Amino acid sequence: MDHKLLDGMVGTEQDRREPLLRPGNSNCGGCGMSLSLNMLSRAVRELPIQMAIPACCGIVTPGQYPFSAFGAPVVASTFAASAAVATGLSRVAEWNGESTRVIAFAGDGGTYDIGLATLSAAAERNEDLLYICYDNEIYGNTGGQRSSATPLGATTTTTPSGKLRLKKDIMGIMAAHRIPYAASLSVGHAEDMVAKIRFALELTGFRFLHILSPCPVGWKSEAAEGVELVRLAIRSGLFPVYEVFDGERTLIRIEPEPSREGRREALEAYFGKQGRFRKNEVNVDEVERAIEDQWARLRRQVAAS
Amino acid sequence: MSLELLSANHAAALAATLAGKANVKGRGFGGGVYPITPQSECVELLCRQEFEKGALVRVESEHSAMGVCIGMAQAGARSFTASSSNGLAYMTENVFAASFLRLPIVMMAVNRTLGPPWNIWVDHGDTLMLRDSGWIQFYCEDNQEVFDSILMAYRVAEDHRVLVPAMVCQDAFVLSHTMMQIDLPEQAAVDRFLPVLDLPHRLAERPVTIGGLDHAHETEVHRRQHAEALEQVPLVYAEAQDAFAEIFGRRPADPVVPYRMEDAEIALVSMGTTASTVKAVVDDARRRGLPVGGLRVRMFRPFPEPVLRAELSNCARIGILDRDISLGHGGVLWSEVRGAAPRDAIVQNYILGLGGGDVRPSHVSDLLDDLLRRRESGVPDLVEVA
Repeated sequence: MDHKLLDGMVGTEQDRREPLLRPGNSNCGGCGMSLSLNMLSRAVRELPIQMAIPACCGIVTPGQYPFSAFGAPVVASTFAASAAVATGLSRVAEWNGESTRVIAFAGDGGTYDIGLATLSAAAERNEDLLYICYDNEIYGNTGGQRSSATPLGATTTTTPSGKLRLKKDIMGIMAAHRIPYAASLSVGHAEDMVAKIRFALELTGFRFLHILSPCPVGWKSEAAEGVELVRLAIRSGLFPVYEVFDGERTLIRIEPEPSREGRREALEAYFGKQGRFRKNEVNVDEVERAIEDQWARLRRQVAAS
Repeated sequence: MSLELLSANHAAALAATLAGKANVKGRGFGGGVYPITPQSECVELLCRQEFEKGALVRVESEHSAMGVCIGMAQAGARSFTASSSNGLAYMTENVFAASFLRLPIVMMAVNRTLGPPWNIWVDHGDTLMLRDSGWIQFYCEDNQEVFDSILMAYRVAEDHRVLVPAMVCQDAFVLSHTMMQIDLPEQAAVDRFLPVLDLPHRLAERPVTIGGLDHAHETEVHRRQHAEALEQVPLVYAEAQDAFAEIFGRRPADPVVPYRMEDAEIALVSMGTTASTVKAVVDDARRRGLPVGGLRVRMFRPFPEPVLRAELSNCARIGILDRDISLGHGGVLWSEVRGAAPRDAIVQNYILGLGGGDVRPSHVSDLLDDLLRRRESGVPDLVEVA
């Protein structure tokens, strides 16, 4: 990986002896999930982990049996079941006095849509597991169809005229479960991201991490520009990076552009760099209003906590 | 050892509890549990048990119930769940996943009619829908058999020659809610019968990916291994019967249970509690001098075709009683058993007791009369008994 990208973390004591994502994996160039796994690798360091990964790009990543590009014990689950399978792994580790940190690693389809009931139930039970959603805002593995994480206006293979509804507020949903920790993470802020993953790994109870994960194939964007796109999403306010502790205390450590003009400029740049927004004219005013509304809610949440 | 008056639901829960506690020196016991009529009393009783190393997880769906079992089993624990009917339909994806991952999970299934329209009464269509899932399937005739089959299921499923999950099926209400006397063994005896689970492909510290990607050749090999494992089941089952008899002093029933078949020229083949009614009709026919016998298919998967072929070798007339229907074809039991019938035998399918219709001796005796009158096999006959 790019040294600058990871703030010079490569080749330091923060590396695992065995990278989580080994060479030979089948991910596309510029995949946000690859970045996420490398950040996770650096956060995990020496901790013993096990992962449950549903039927999604993430289980194609390791390649074909009997080989695996994952440097950790992984079990494949059915699409909706990663939180349930991870529950099973986590309970057995606990009964046997093992310090294994169990991680469910799923995309937005497996999180926002088909797996939402399973996820919600595991969160409500406050299972001791870390659930990571790498959100590329489409069903990437099946060719880029709409999910409820797809943003307003985005063209997908099943919304050829652009999506008509706003993206589902998954952080709000998960925080409403009053779980110990929910955080959205930026692959464009490596040090912050690794620190938050590490914090989440060390907590007990249910922890939820949400990663905006660029997909150059689905987003019709340049592979090298993924990190820049995430930074634009954050600067525009489109992707708020924040933490919620126990469903209450809300903390924002990475701010969008202070001025409305600055946010608008970033938003237009974000849309301009991606083919999925270019085919149909995105109603930037409508998106901007939604962003301002969401931030007003977030600010109230911060003030109240 | 003690004698208790128990429903089959409670018998199954207590068998699972004993099996679970027998794994305390292993990696523990648990499962995901979710209610559905007429199975709920099983998981309710299970949730009242205390496990030194283990727990039941009260999940939000049958799909997750099996998902939790998969996680626990993959981590090396003994695991159990129970379901029925539409619950099994909802669970189906993970039923297949559990078996493809070669996890020795045991599930108690109460046979109930699939809906809508809703019907909570017995028929075998729900678990027969899962016949191709790669699980072992037992169909029981009484409550003691349900209890014993849970212990037998763990013993066989966890054997390293097998390593596939097992389903213990019983008829809704006829068994699930009917109290019968059950011989409950002591924990120490169960401990002797069920050694600690040692899952060779347990997910531990080694970086492996279990259940990743297969291409055609890998799938061919995995299916072949799975099929070969199921071929081992009759042998492993027979060994387990011997061990069971030695430890508990009674012998669990064979995969196919014959009744007065020694000199039978006419056979009535059935599954589950229908077989009890068949016995009464066989006795009556024998009093009238008719050479009739009954065959109960207890193990439906792996299918005991060689045993059935031998049992049916002298039968000229065979009636196959299905409490299920594969719509557009006929009874599932018929479609499989008829391949084991002698070439020139008259083989007639009677589908009866769907949706919990009360199968009485008079119904079975009527269709025996029909079988005796027949000059050739006909199309499956859907008999209305309700």
